[in-house]
Amino acid sequence: MATRTQNTNPPTTTPAQNTISRRSVLMKLGILLNGLIAIVLTIPIIRYLFSAVTRERKNGYLSWISLGSITQFPEGETRLATFRNPDVTPTDGQTADTSCWVRHVSGDQFQVFAINCAHLGCPVRWFSQSGLFMCPCHGGVYYEDGSRAAGPPERGLFTYPCKVENGLVQIQAGELPTPGSPSARNLERKYPCA
Amino acid sequence: MRLIEQIGKWLDRRLQLGEPIREIAEHSVPRRSASWWYVFGSAALTVFALQIVTGIMLSLIYVPSASEAWNSLQFLNHGVALGWFIRALHGWGSNFMVAIVLIHMAQVFLFGAYKFPRELTWLIGLFLLLMTLGMAFSGQVLRFDQDAYWGLGIGASIASRTPIVGAALVKLILGGPIIGGATLSRFFALHVFVIPGMLIAFVSLHLFLVLKVGINEWPMPGRIVRKETYVRQYEELLKKDGVPFVPYGIWKDLIFSAIILLALALFAFFFGPFGPTGVPDPTIIQTVPKPDYFFLWIYALLALLPPSLETPALLIGPVVAIAALALLPFVAGEGEKHWRRRPIAVLSVILIALTLGMFTHLAGFSPWSPKMDAWSGEPTPDNFLHGRTALERKGAAVFQEKQCRNCHSLAGKGGQRGPTLDSVATRLTRDQLIRQVLQGGGNMPAYGKNLSPAETTALVSFLTILRPPGAPPAYDPSRVNNATNTTESSSGKH
Repeated sequence: MATRTQNTNPPTTTPAQNTISRRSVLMKLGILLNGLIAIVLTIPIIRYLFSAVTRERKNGYLSWISLGSITQFPEGETRLATFRNPDVTPTDGQTADTSCWVRHVSGDQFQVFAINCAHLGCPVRWFSQSGLFMCPCHGGVYYEDGSRAAGPPERGLFTYPCKVENGLVQIQAGELPTPGSPSARNLERKYPCA
Repeated sequence: MRLIEQIGKWLDRRLQLGEPIREIAEHSVPRRSASWWYVFGSAALTVFALQIVTGIMLSLIYVPSASEAWNSLQFLNHGVALGWFIRALHGWGSNFMVAIVLIHMAQVFLFGAYKFPRELTWLIGLFLLLMTLGMAFSGQVLRFDQDAYWGLGIGASIASRTPIVGAALVKLILGGPIIGGATLSRFFALHVFVIPGMLIAFVSLHLFLVLKVGINEWPMPGRIVRKETYVRQYEELLKKDGVPFVPYGIWKDLIFSAIILLALALFAFFFGPFGPTGVPDPTIIQTVPKPDYFFLWIYALLALLPPSLETPALLIGPVVAIAALALLPFVAGEGEKHWRRRPIAVLSVILIALTLGMFTHLAGFSPWSPKMDAWSGEPTPDNFLHGRTALERKGAAVFQEKQCRNCHSLAGKGGQRGPTLDSVATRLTRDQLIRQVLQGGGNMPAYGKNLSPAETTALVSFLTILRPPGAPPAYDPSRVNNATNTTESSSGKH
């Protein structure tokens, strides 16, 4: 459109002032249109970009997963268990597998600790002889009940909510445990879940 | 020859680039600025160009998928002709680039080049440094191995400490609730599209400013920068003692760049590519994750900061550091340029370099971490076993079995988290040893629940023999008689 107007109205034949004001109005209209469209398009782009955050509000990432039969975890011992994250995307591969430490306190009482150190998330290891969890990164150490023993962590290990149903040990998981995630808030429960 | 000339003329009539290129090439620079000290910027540009080329080469094979990335790296290393060499060039190129950019920055700072009217050049340079570090970190993530996986976990843990938005920030960085396919894909997008795009744009702007404002003159003690007079003085300097950049300056840039490229190729050839280390499988927990070289100092800092200072330092520290660097040209935009007249500037560079160097050095052997296999791997020194009683030997076994060795070294072997115990008996009495073992304290866990009375007795009797021959044991002054008895009974063994 603009090109045609230019062709039919050569600047030499029309009063310059009129042309400029009409063209500048048209230009402003064009900028306005582009601005509006840009805003309209930004909304889906931002919505897409933040989908990982917004999805949490709708469905949540957490669900109950079985770690196996109660008989796999001898009473009084702490064993490594692995589970597949409930929320998996097609390209996750092995990264969707996660470990956790299962402590069978007694009877139906269990404590399930995240593998991630409460300091900065490195994988803690269990030493049954000294009854300690040790972190290889910055030297965090925890007692067998997950409470902080030494090193830089400011708190005990992250714990998953857990229950025993039909002879299966189950935990509520689905998120990388960090100081901001749900498993971090569960620690305040001092007593093992049954 | 004539044909080439004709094609050139034909092109130039249409492109009309010949004249501006000639102007750029022959722009005048102060004679003394055509110096060996002014070659680091162009060297960084050269390495960046190589990174683009090798990066594109790697992308021909690499698969940015959490399930395939590690295998495609193995294939690059072993299955593609010279794939290992391209990976090595890219990996060492990254290290070279960070190093050269840092040297460039230090040189620019010490030569006062950030002062008026080059404030914006410095600011863009600071942004380019951050982008370079962003490339280094995201590149480490693309080498999707155990270090990358746990490194991402550390990044997520740091991000999660942000007040209010922490949990959302983690999901935004990871692209989901866990480190997985989406995480790798978004770091791929950053490493391959977003950051390189910004680097190319801002490097161009950086160079444009160097041309427009002119390269920094050679600083002279007593030659003061003043906003009112600087531009005129600089122009006079160019008139009096200016030389065309080509060939006066560029030959040094070219030769230095060639040396850097040669060194890079030699490093790549002799030291090979970086990793990948183990498979990024979170169920393999026998791993000691460590960041790449240029982030080791952060790793050390995170172990050594007092716990209560850590979150503030992590969240506020970078903001303060970046703000200080960004404000520098506005606070100190005028005045002396020569380093001899700027002792605080020189001291700052030395202090920062020493601090970063020391942290990096410490991170090399991480004395703050328990040595995970010392208890089963390191033998008890002979002199603490020979001629000892059964109880003491039993104590030595308890010492190993209860992983004491993971944190305490004997004869230089073992962890360095706690104090070395070769002479602990000269510092602590039997009672103090029992208390320390059972109750812990001073950053040592309490072992009361995990030691039977018999084990404790054995362990402490072993600990009381840990002293150099001839050194007297610690004693409790309030029980001097007892102490004398102990001294006699234990010194009898030597």
